[in-house]
Amino acid sequence: MLIASIQPAGAVTIVLALVVVLALVYYLVATIFQLRKITNGLDEVIASVGEIVQKSAPVAAVVNDINANLDAGVDLLEGLLVQKAGLPDAVGLVEGLYPGAAAAGLRNFPDSTSVVAPRIGEVYTKGTLTLARLGREAPIAAANPAGPVLRNVEGGSLAARELYPDGRQTRPEKLPRSPVIGADAPVQYEQRDDIGAPRRRLPATAPSANDPNEA
Amino acid sequence: MILWWIGDAILLVAVIPVVVYLLKGVLDAATSIVPSVEKIASAAAAGSKDLDATALLLTTQDQVAKTVAGVAEYGGSLDVILDDAS
Repeated sequence: MLIASIQPAGAVTIVLALVVVLALVYYLVATIFQLRKITNGLDEVIASVGEIVQKSAPVAAVVNDINANLDAGVDLLEGLLVQKAGLPDAVGLVEGLYPGAAAAGLRNFPDSTSVVAPRIGEVYTKGTLTLARLGREAPIAAANPAGPVLRNVEGGSLAARELYPDGRQTRPEKLPRSPVIGADAPVQYEQRDDIGAPRRRLPATAPSANDPNEA
Repeated sequence: MILWWIGDAILLVAVIPVVVYLLKGVLDAATSIVPSVEKIASAAAAGSKDLDATALLLTTQDQVAKTVAGVAEYGGSLDVILDDAS
C-alpha cells in the first residue's frame, strides 16, 4: 500500500540515497581497518623507540667518561713529551710520526702551532743513530740501508751493553767453566801421599856468622 | 515532479561520484600509511637491536680507565728515567 503509493521519482531518490549510504559504509569501514593497522604499527614503533631510549640513556655519560679519561691521557703524554723533548722537538716528533699533524699543534700548548717542526733526523741524531746501529740501518745512518743487520740477534744484549763500557768489565763474554769433581769427573787428580802424614821437617842448617838474628 | 527528477539526476551524476571520490581518497591515504608504519617499526626494532652493543661501552669505559692509569704510571717512570729537555 505504502510502496504502491510512492511515485517513481521518490523511489529513485530512495535508491540513490541507499547507494550513497552503502558507499559511505564501505569506504569508512575500510578506512577504519587501515587506521587500526596504523595504530598497531605505531604501537610497535613506540615500543621499539622506548627500547632505543632506554638503551641509549647511559651512552652519553659513558662516552663522556671515556673522553675525559682519554683527555687526561692525552694531556699527560703531551706534557711529558714537551717536558722531556722540548716544544720544538716534540712538534717535530709528532710531525715525524703523523705527517701534517704539526699544523694542528699540541692541544695544551697553543704556541706549538707557530713552531717550525724540525726534521726528526735532525733532532734525535745521536740517539737515533745508536738505535739504528743496533738494529737495521736507518736511512739517516751512514751505512747502506740495504745492508745486513748490524745487531747480533743472539748476542743482542751484549752488543747493547758494549755501547756503555764499564770501568771494570764485570760481564765477560765467556766465564771459565766450573771444574767437574767427583769419581765421574773427566779429570782425576792423583791423591797426595803426604795428606794425613806428619809434617815433613826440613834439615837443620848451621847459622851463618853474618846473620843478625843469631846475635 | 520535474524538479524531483532533476534532483535525482544531480544526486546520481554529481553527489554520489564526489562522495565516492572523497571517500576513496581517504581510504587510499590510510592504506598508503600502513607500509610506511611497518617500515618504521622494523627500522626501530633493528635500531633497538643494534643498541644491544651499548652494554659493551661499560667494558670499554673500564678498559680506557685502566689504560690511562697504566699510561700515567708509565709516564711517571719515564719522567724519572729521562732527563728533561731544559
